[in-house]
Amino acid sequence: MKIAIAGNPNSGKTTLFNALTGLNQFVGNWPGVTVEKKEGKLKKKKNVHIMDLPGIYSLSPYSLEEIIARDYLVNERPDVIINIIDGTNLERSLYLTTQLAELGIPMVIAVNMMDSVDKAGDKLDTKKLSEQLGYPVVGISALKKRNIQQLIKETLKAGEDKGSVPVMKFNSVAEEAITGIKEIVGSKADGINDRWLAVKFFERDEKVSDTYKLNKSEAEAVEKYIKKCEEKLDDTSESIIANERYKYAAKVASSSFVKKDKGALTVTDKIDKVVTNRFLALPIFVVVMFIVYFVSVTTVGAIVTDWTNEVLFAELIAPGVEDWLVSINTADWLTGLIVDGIIGGVGAVLGFVPQMFVLFLFLAFLEACGYMARIAFILDRLFRKFGLSGKSFIPMLIGTGCSVPGIMASRTIENERDRKMTIITSIFMPCGAKLPIIALIAGALFNEAWWVAPSAYFMGIAAVIISGIILKKTKPFAGDPSPFVMELPAYRWPTVGNVLKSMWERGWSFIKKAGTVVLLSSIFIWFTSSFGIIEGKFTMVEDLSDGFLSKIGTALAWIFKPLGFGEWRLTVATIMGLVAKENVVSTIGILYGFAEVSESGEEIWELLAASYTQIAAYSYLAFNLLCAPCFAAIGATKREMNSGKWTWFAVGYQTVFAYAVALIIYQIGTLISTGAFGLWTVIAFIVLGLMLYLLFRPQPKRSLTGERITA
Amino acid sequence: METLDKVKAGQSVTVRKIRGTGPVKKRLMDMGITQGTEITVVKLAPLGDPIEMKLRGYDLSIRKADAELVEVE
Repeated sequence: MKIAIAGNPNSGKTTLFNALTGLNQFVGNWPGVTVEKKEGKLKKKKNVHIMDLPGIYSLSPYSLEEIIARDYLVNERPDVIINIIDGTNLERSLYLTTQLAELGIPMVIAVNMMDSVDKAGDKLDTKKLSEQLGYPVVGISALKKRNIQQLIKETLKAGEDKGSVPVMKFNSVAEEAITGIKEIVGSKADGINDRWLAVKFFERDEKVSDTYKLNKSEAEAVEKYIKKCEEKLDDTSESIIANERYKYAAKVASSSFVKKDKGALTVTDKIDKVVTNRFLALPIFVVVMFIVYFVSVTTVGAIVTDWTNEVLFAELIAPGVEDWLVSINTADWLTGLIVDGIIGGVGAVLGFVPQMFVLFLFLAFLEACGYMARIAFILDRLFRKFGLSGKSFIPMLIGTGCSVPGIMASRTIENERDRKMTIITSIFMPCGAKLPIIALIAGALFNEAWWVAPSAYFMGIAAVIISGIILKKTKPFAGDPSPFVMELPAYRWPTVGNVLKSMWERGWSFIKKAGTVVLLSSIFIWFTSSFGIIEGKFTMVEDLSDGFLSKIGTALAWIFKPLGFGEWRLTVATIMGLVAKENVVSTIGILYGFAEVSESGEEIWELLAASYTQIAAYSYLAFNLLCAPCFAAIGATKREMNSGKWTWFAVGYQTVFAYAVALIIYQIGTLISTGAFGLWTVIAFIVLGLMLYLLFRPQPKRSLTGERITA
Repeated sequence: METLDKVKAGQSVTVRKIRGTGPVKKRLMDMGITQGTEITVVKLAPLGDPIEMKLRGYDLSIRKADAELVEVE
């Protein structure tokens, strides 16, 4: 038997799903999109499959979540739907119920949060609700596991039953049109309830008319029915249906729900009086963010991460494995591959795991308690200006610690366009691993000037804003007029189990990725840096400068000539930065002939100062801060975008943008300081002009009808 | 004609009509902003936009640009 759980966001779907399935669950993405897909098996009944559908308000074809839920219900046809509704938010929940009912699938209604209803002193009569709707109704508390057994019993019973299901009736004018349409399209309803299909045709649902093609005379007949009804009721068909549904929902809700104290402020109202207060909102937000950042990035997270990187991997695992490999006489190259390549590369990434777990813990808490929606509410105006949303702030902030959890934190942004934009731009924030590069350049060429480090952060912020504005005006980002319509859910104290689960799911998906993308790229970089051709013989090399990687670096160095650092050592260091940005400084050290350099590379300051100008060095800094991030972050991008094409676009955009900025800095900077003028100076000016054009050209007009989102 | 974006905090209004077509309008209606709905504007965000409002027993936040589509009285 297949059971689908459907309901509004924040209705407690996930809590119910967890209560029903226990640990028998699997989390993935829906094919091709990043909407979470959760499947599980009913506790103690392995043949009963449960699917947790994305939280939705309606079955319209306008958001990805809605399309997914709808396609699943229509195409997979579960045996029974559990429609979970929030007892404290009955009216809006019932709006979705009326739509689910039309699918013709047996349904059980689980009224959740009965404990909150009782606590507030309100009265919800589930019996009356059941009488009116015609479906079994069970009052539950998913949180306190109240009445779950009864819900299971009712659900299994309903799943066996194949009788017809009751639906609500619209007003007589609309019913007449729908009945007429049903006669025309009914024959196409193979397995699909013909009433659902007729209502969708009546609403002029494009997804449905694309799937169930009508011939010309049929389409005309359908349109005639719609037109007639629209003229009579003086409204569009879609509005008529929505109005009717809400009227019905309000009627049902008012007859089965009695609020104790109508005008009273709820706990949420009281909290919001402070938390989203005109004057207090921003200070409170700053304090909350400071705590999150301080604990997860600078204190607990950093201590644990340093320990994992420097003690666990560097001192315990790597030498331990090496000794063991040597003791069983493993070939040198294999020992090198395993210890330096795999443990070194994957370890560098896994080192961030503890930090991320701390961070995900906070995020899960902020999300579950309802504060995340308030953050979006408070900051939306600011971020909207550059094509981002209020929720983009958190990924950016976290990105200053490490881009990987930053990118993964973007998952809390529902709007796909905003999420993509956030992912692409958040890597511009200088992450912790880029700090040594800043220290190297500041120390070697700027006499450790105080302004270099802050300027790097400003450059990052400027890159976010400029890219946001530029990308906002491009076609893939301008087309979707998705409005910002967001529920501010009631504050709730989250359960420990749910928060830990959410933390674990995100953390685990990162660990899995470290095992694939990062593993492969680490092996590649290790191979190309440890093997080379010496005196015509393919061999393992002692010196990095003899390896293939340095040959690649030499071959590619010309690309960076116009940026002022077209030299193989700095090029190789940039490539090594793809493994981890910490590698940039250590690679420069090695290539300049030092076995090991300190974090800021003090040993090579003099050498660098002798061969580069300040402008070239700053250009190098700019390029390395803005270009494609490390493999771990690229992997996270791929995971969150769930699309190879978009990942390439992100990495390509970042690199091209970095190149353009570094070019402008170096060429125009050199022109100002030395007066040197050449072909590349002209190109730099053209690039600058192009960027200014992209920045200031008018925004393509937003249309009110807009394009549909295609799943 | 007064529109929802112009309503002051603390005031209650009734929805007359929603302008426009397509996704934006449908989304507003899906969230319960339909003809005859009573809406109380609670407050503006600290930066002046979006708007927080109460309707059908819950809190909703929408941008002024979208609220402009809602005619109220």
